[in-house]
Amino acid sequence: MKPTGYSLDTTFAALADPTRRAILARLAAGEASVNELAAPFEMSQPAISKHLKVLEHAGLIARSREAQRRPRRLVPKPLAEATEWIERYRRLWEGNFKRLDAVLQELKSKQKRTVDALLEEVKPKPKKRSTR
Amino acid sequence: MKQTAALKITTPSERELVMTRDFAAPRGMLFDALTKPDLVQRWLLGPPGWTMPVCEIDLRVGGKYRYVWRNADGREMGMGGTFKEIVRPSRLVATETYEDYWTGGETLVTTELVETRDKTSLSTTVRYASREARDAAMKMGATKGLEASYDRLDQLLTA
Repeated sequence: MKPTGYSLDTTFAALADPTRRAILARLAAGEASVNELAAPFEMSQPAISKHLKVLEHAGLIARSREAQRRPRRLVPKPLAEATEWIERYRRLWEGNFKRLDAVLQELKSKQKRTVDALLEEVKPKPKKRSTR
Repeated sequence: MKQTAALKITTPSERELVMTRDFAAPRGMLFDALTKPDLVQRWLLGPPGWTMPVCEIDLRVGGKYRYVWRNADGREMGMGGTFKEIVRPSRLVATETYEDYWTGGETLVTTELVETRDKTSLSTTVRYASREARDAAMKMGATKGLEASYDRLDQLLTA
């Protein structure tokens, strides 16, 4: 695993693939060998290894030293940082935009009232008739 | 009750963040809500508990804007910048700098409004000065919420 230098982009690129997300989900439950990771997928071992390489490059997983099996394990920090940033951003702006919705709704009804009032003004008045 | 429109956030490059969201209003109206101080003060508030006592907007190219937010404890946070491009009601480009902490230089914010039938799509592109600046923005206050984000890992991974 590269000690530093992972970027948010490599993190998000690595997360874009459903197989890689499934691999991470599996590793979140504990370390696993390449064979164990490949088992649930209809994929060749080289194909899985390719996905593992992407995840490793993004700093999302690491290899344990155990020579024979070389199980992979999850490195949660970059993933957590990336998701936390986006999540905070999302929470902040969802709140802002919800309030903006309300402001727009109010402007729309104000506009409608103005238009209605104008229409009322130009509408021909019914002639007054005596009630007899 | 009407469903809230979905907010889409993407990171197309290592210096950019793009946020897209639909609004049920004509774009002239949305443009006003983004640029008129008395309207901006009502929605651009951030986390719960914050208000915006100062909102100055000089809406012309080269004109400046300044926002100051205040929370219940009296803590204040200021932010401001200069308008670079104004095309009412479709486009707005402005610089953005926070006053109290280092964010690695000026951020350039491009806002685009596209109207279709009965709604307007708002797209905001935030471009950081450098990758370092983006990383600084990313890490700003990130540690506090880090624990909670681990809980959200599962959600993300099973998506």
